[in-house]
Amino acid sequence: MAATAQDPSAPLRGPEKKDEDRDEDTEYSPFYAIEKGAVLQEARCFNEPHIDPRRCQQVITKLLYLLTQGETLTKKEASEVFFSVTKLYQSKDANLRRMVYLVIKDVCPGADEVIIITSSLMKDMNSKTDLYRSNAIRVLCSITDSQLLGQIERYLKQAIVDKAAVVASAVLVSALHLLGHNAEIVKRWTNEIQEAVQSKHTMVQFHGVALLHALRANDRLAVSKLVTSLTKSNVRSSLAQCLLVRYVAQVIAESTTSGSGVRPFYDFLESCLRHKAELVIFEAARAITAMPEVTMRELAPAITVLQLFLTSSKPVLRFAAVRTLNKVAMTHPSAVAACNLDLEALISDSNRTIATLAITTLLKTGNESSVERLLKQIGSFMSDIADDFKIVVVEAIRSLCLKFPQKYRALMNFLSNVLREDGGFEYKKAIVDSILILIKDIPDAKEPGLGHLCEFIEDCEFTYLSTQILHLLGVEGPKTKEPAKYIRFIYNRIILENATVRAAAVSSLAKFGALVEELRPRIRVLLSRALHDNDDEVRDRATLYLAELDGHAGGPEAIDVHWSIPPKNLEKSLRAYLENGTDAPFDLASVPRAVPQAPQKDQKKKSGPAAVSKPEPPKASPIADTLRDITELAHLGPVFKSADPLLLTEEETEYNIAVVVHVFEAHVLLQFNCTNTVQEQVLENVSVAVDLAEAEEFEQELSLPLARMEYGTVGQAYVLLQRAPESMAVGKLGANLQFTVKEIDPSSGEAEEDGYEDEYQLEDIEIGAANYIKAVGVSNFRKAWEDTDPASEISDDYGLGVRDSLQDAVEAVMTILSMAPCDGSDAVPPNARSHTLLLAGQFVGDVPALARISFGIDIGRNVAMKLVTRSDVPEISDFIHQIIQS
Amino acid sequence: MAVFGEREARILVLGLDNAGKTTILYRLQVGEVVSTIPTIGFNVETVTYKNIKFQVWDLGGQTSIRPYWRCYYPNTQAIIYVVDSSDTERIGTSAEEFHAIMDEEELRDALILVYANKQDLPGALDDAAVAEGLNLHSIKNRDWAIFKTSAIKGEGLFEGLDWLSNQLKTRKR
Repeated sequence: MAATAQDPSAPLRGPEKKDEDRDEDTEYSPFYAIEKGAVLQEARCFNEPHIDPRRCQQVITKLLYLLTQGETLTKKEASEVFFSVTKLYQSKDANLRRMVYLVIKDVCPGADEVIIITSSLMKDMNSKTDLYRSNAIRVLCSITDSQLLGQIERYLKQAIVDKAAVVASAVLVSALHLLGHNAEIVKRWTNEIQEAVQSKHTMVQFHGVALLHALRANDRLAVSKLVTSLTKSNVRSSLAQCLLVRYVAQVIAESTTSGSGVRPFYDFLESCLRHKAELVIFEAARAITAMPEVTMRELAPAITVLQLFLTSSKPVLRFAAVRTLNKVAMTHPSAVAACNLDLEALISDSNRTIATLAITTLLKTGNESSVERLLKQIGSFMSDIADDFKIVVVEAIRSLCLKFPQKYRALMNFLSNVLREDGGFEYKKAIVDSILILIKDIPDAKEPGLGHLCEFIEDCEFTYLSTQILHLLGVEGPKTKEPAKYIRFIYNRIILENATVRAAAVSSLAKFGALVEELRPRIRVLLSRALHDNDDEVRDRATLYLAELDGHAGGPEAIDVHWSIPPKNLEKSLRAYLENGTDAPFDLASVPRAVPQAPQKDQKKKSGPAAVSKPEPPKASPIADTLRDITELAHLGPVFKSADPLLLTEEETEYNIAVVVHVFEAHVLLQFNCTNTVQEQVLENVSVAVDLAEAEEFEQELSLPLARMEYGTVGQAYVLLQRAPESMAVGKLGANLQFTVKEIDPSSGEAEEDGYEDEYQLEDIEIGAANYIKAVGVSNFRKAWEDTDPASEISDDYGLGVRDSLQDAVEAVMTILSMAPCDGSDAVPPNARSHTLLLAGQFVGDVPALARISFGIDIGRNVAMKLVTRSDVPEISDFIHQIIQS
Repeated sequence: MAVFGEREARILVLGLDNAGKTTILYRLQVGEVVSTIPTIGFNVETVTYKNIKFQVWDLGGQTSIRPYWRCYYPNTQAIIYVVDSSDTERIGTSAEEFHAIMDEEELRDALILVYANKQDLPGALDDAAVAEGLNLHSIKNRDWAIFKTSAIKGEGLFEGLDWLSNQLKTRKR
């Protein structure tokens, strides 16, 4: 009846469909609107006394589709489906049987129920049909427990050396899965697996090699031995050869014989470059480029074959090659430079992904003279590629610009051109960020850059970017030669934009008015037009700035005072103020300014007392501004580094004291942020006595007490320590809080006349090397490294003991050195056995220093590291080593 | 339902473990004694006899498998219940399983054919004794028959099938 020949390519198409129009056929998706309930209903056809193999196959396909889509069956449903599927065993239809195998494997009935199929599978395992044998083995191995496995082991072992490749592969792959729970049994088959590795069937050899490796995966020495013997034997299958190349690469990555000496297996990889299969050639080339600390000589042959691939007619080879070269270009741009001609040809590749990779590779390898030409070529296809790739290109341009600052004009023009094109927020943001960085780093680029940004905001749909640019114009514009030319751009925003942008534009305009006296009258006119704005914030700002420009409320100078009150502190103080319920006006000066904050971008949410301050982000460190207000500290010069606040008391004690260590050229300033948490007391004449017994390099210069410490407010006391200029004195300081306590009379709320003196022991203050190091990254570590005097290089090895992971070790070292990671080297790839961390920093006296740290981890998770440091001041180079040693 | 006048029937072979079910199945199918191992699950084969195509399901008799017999009850025309006549100790257990099957609603219309197997072994109970042990005579309102068989020697099996095919033919009419 249903014994007609099957078309395996269309098992789902019902017979009635065949007569239909071809056009409709292409529209028809066999998986359209498949629903579990309906399919389970259909599955009842398995129970019918007469099985229609074709129909059952369709239903099974639908079931499998549902399961792979993530649909799950309840235990009851699964067991119902399972038992009805077993009834299909009565059919001898081979295609149906194959589907039965698949569905049994996927339905996963309960472990006790699954035994019902065991006899049948064991029979099939010894069937004459290869297809039955292989599939039965796969199903049995996936449903089996170790007890049953013991019973069938004999058959499995024999099947490994079965003449039929499908059968042998089935066992080998199943064994890979069995390794997890039944590794002992699989290990007994080693002889057979060895034989499979010698098989002339490519798949069998491939699976055999994979299994052999998996059996040894936990033993580095055994893997190394296996790889050695395999590289000497004849691996015919190119798939197996690819695996072998990967294993070799792994062995190379793990071998610790870096430095002198011949790299093991390099010859093997190099010989694979001459393999007849492109697959193997590429795998070997990729392995070579990924070797740790690969040398130019080792790279050369790999680059040569990749270069050949660049001109291949197969897109996948071109893609693979250009992607690998792109990666190599990050570390060895000169090695890739040889491919530049071929890469340039790929710019016009019809596959835009390949073209983009080619361009960005060229940008990394290119020299100064080719920049303009490349930019022109990129410009011609920017509109064809997706935003993601555009961002890649923009980032490549940014780093190129930092590399060749002289070329800023061309690069800036390019950026402004792409800025005008359509694009999403992320893309535009990447461009604006790039321009901002260029403006910051290349002084000559500032004015053209500002000009481009002005044009951009004329037609910018992103409020975030507009406000950011308006703020920048306010800061930088007044300092340019012709401030007047920016006014029009900014004022246009006040007329045309939404409230947020209008407010930012008003602030920006006010800056011009404050800083450029000749423009002030005109700015006043423009600002007065914003007085009738329908948005409160815009109106408030305009009113305030006008008053200030007229000389009221602090005068024009007040406009440029940086917004230096951290909003968090302000919020806290305001809360405390409200809780106190006093009638006295809130004093903004009482808000602590100490906590260093990232510049606040959002300028919208200021109200009440905050309106008297300028809602502009701080340019310099807020601490430096606060300190400058204290006359006794004015002579210290600029702050080199301010550490994060460190609590010297327990969280829940009467007094909360946090210390901020500021390092100056010849001084260390200890700033104590004091909070009184006892409502019934007020502290007066609060100071900190510092014990320098264990820090002899310091000398106390002065101590500034805090006059009055009321409940809930934060005040500052200071201790200034002197040290030899630019020295890096370290030590541990004892600290003792000294003060006069006055009780508050609960009836009047006034403090009593008489108080008594008291002390409070604080935790020790540690001034360490990290206080003298600023994390300042460099954009091109390699270049910076090469530019630093090699004579200053100091190299040494250290053991770090047992660590959880390399990442753990990397983070620990970064904490100790507090230098900035470069090139993203702070992220250790998962499972890496070795890693190189690149650090850059600035030492007191603004001396830059670089460190290259190679980590290695062994089986026992012992971490060792090799630290190489360079600095223009050799003592600094040595100092980094001292930090690690201590 | 049948093609070319050929009748079809679905038959379950049940019974305790080691009763000889699998040997009987293959004796019927290929006419030879094959070496068997305890059936973990089932065997299913087609046996054509007297123009009737029997689809024979031999279900494993181990206690762990017996609970799943019921999954195969629907659409069954006949049960062949196999008893190891030499296993006098477990004849009681066998009777319990047998009557549990008799009580199944889904098998209400199924014919019952009992094979008192292993007659070649010394000390084997004869058909009357097995019928007694299974308490066959308590069965009312359904057709049953018992035959002495030896799967090893090939005796009695086809006599049983003769009875089955005759019964099936009369029913169809």
